[in-house]
Amino acid sequence: MKKFFKAQQVSPNVWWVGAIDWNVRNFHGYLTDRGSTYNAFLIIDEKITLVDTVKAPFADEMLARISSVIDPEKIDYIISNHAEPDHSGALPAAVAAIKPEKIFTSAAGAKTLNLYYGDLGYTAVKTGDSVDLGNGKCAFVDTKMLHWPDSMVTYYDRDKLLFSQDAFGMHLACSKLWADENPWSVMEYEVRKYFANILNLYSEKVIALLDSLPGLGLDIEVILPDHGPLWRKDLDKIIQLYRDCALQAPVPRAVVVYATMWGSTKVCAEAFADGVRSKGVEVETADLLVNDRSNIMTKVAGAGLIAFGAPTMNNQVYPAMADIMNYIKGLRIKNKIAFAFGSCGWSGEGAKQIAALFDELKLEQPLPMKQVKYMPQSNETEEFFNAGAELAEKLLEKINNK
Amino acid sequence: MEKYVCNICGYVYDPAKGDPDNGVAPGTAFKDLPESWVCPDCGATVDEFEKAE
Ligand SMILES: [Fe+2]
Ligand SMILES: [Fe+2]
Repeated sequence: MKKFFKAQQVSPNVWWVGAIDWNVRNFHGYLTDRGSTYNAFLIIDEKITLVDTVKAPFADEMLARISSVIDPEKIDYIISNHAEPDHSGALPAAVAAIKPEKIFTSAAGAKTLNLYYGDLGYTAVKTGDSVDLGNGKCAFVDTKMLHWPDSMVTYYDRDKLLFSQDAFGMHLACSKLWADENPWSVMEYEVRKYFANILNLYSEKVIALLDSLPGLGLDIEVILPDHGPLWRKDLDKIIQLYRDCALQAPVPRAVVVYATMWGSTKVCAEAFADGVRSKGVEVETADLLVNDRSNIMTKVAGAGLIAFGAPTMNNQVYPAMADIMNYIKGLRIKNKIAFAFGSCGWSGEGAKQIAALFDELKLEQPLPMKQVKYMPQSNETEEFFNAGAELAEKLLEKINNK
Repeated sequence: MEKYVCNICGYVYDPAKGDPDNGVAPGTAFKDLPESWVCPDCGATVDEFEKAE
C-alpha cells in the first residue's frame, strides 16, 4: 500500500520530509500529551542530501514525502546528526531505498549506528569538517552530550539553515510547521518541558555552546530541530529561552510535590502551599500518584522553591517519591530553595531520604526536614503553613538580592 | 601531570584541578583516581579516558 504524503518546502533548496506522530503519548516515559514529530529534511543541491530520518514505523511516511519531491534513488548523501532511534530508526529503510554514496555522522555516531543497524557505511566527521554539495556546503559542529555522545549539528550555508537535531526542539504534533504560526505560550511551555526532561543535566554545556555560537561565524537565519515546529523568526527569543532554562535562575514560583497513603502528607502539603500563597508567591501542589513524572519535572524546573513530601513505607521513602527523586537527581536540578517533609507511623525514613537527596544536590534547605506521626495535629498544620510562608519570603529575598 | 580526555563526552580531567565536587583533591594524578571515579559529565568509567594530546 503506497502512502500518500507530501513534502513541505522550508527554504529555496530545502524540504521538510519528516513524520507527524499525532498519537504518541509515551515517549520513553515522557508524557507527550500533544504528540510529536520526527523532522527530516531534504536538501536539493547538486549532491542531494537527506538530513536525519524518522522513527522506524514512520519510514514509509518519510519516503513518501521524499518521493513527492524527487525519486529517493537520486539522493547522494545522508547526514545523521543524532543516533537515537527516533531519528535513526528509519535509516536502514532509507539506505535500502536510497543507496547513498555516503552517510555522514560523528565518530561516536558511527559507533552507535553500527551497534543499532550494523555497518551501513559511515563516514565520520567532526567540528571543522564540511562536505561540498555543489552550490552550497554542509558544515558540521560537534555537540557531544547534547544530549548523546554522538550528537552534532549541521549548517547549510546556501540557505543559512542550522539543522539542530534535538536542540531547540519540542514534542508537539501540529500541522503548522513554523513556530511563529503556533501560539508562543504553547511553544514556550513545550520547549521548557523538553529542556527540563532531556537537557537539564547538561545545562552548563548548553550555556558553553550558546556562548561559542557567535565565534563559529555561522550566519543562521533558520533553525530546524528534529522535533516540533521550526524557527525562522525572532531566533533571539528561542536562544534566550534556552539560556533561561539552562541558567536555572530562581523564579517566584513554588511547587509542592507529594505522595500520600492516608491523606496525612497531603494535609501537610496543602498547609505548606497555603502558607506560600499567603505571601503572594504562585504555588501549586502536585500529587505523584496522578501526575506524570515528566510533568512533575517541568513544574520543578519552573519553580524557585520546591517542597517534597512523602510517607514512609517498608522503612523507605514511598515508591512514587523514590521514582521522582531518582529522576530529578539524574537531571541535576540546582539553585532552588528546598523543603523535605512527610508523615510516618514509626520509623520515618521517608522525609530523611528526601532531605539527604536535597543535600546531595546542594539545594539550600533553610528549614530542617519536618515529619509528623500518623496524622498532623492542628498545631502541626499551622507549623506547615508557617514554613510555607517563611520559605516564600526567603525565595523573594533570594530573587531580590540577585 | 598529564591531562586525560573522556572519549565519550570530551570532558578533560586536569590533575591540577582534580574533581573536588566528587572528592578528588587538586593535584591527584589520573592514575591515582579512586576506582569508583567516573566522568563527572557523562558517567563514563576511567577506561574510556585517553591521554590528551
Ligand atoms: Fe535524542
Ligand atoms: Fe529526538
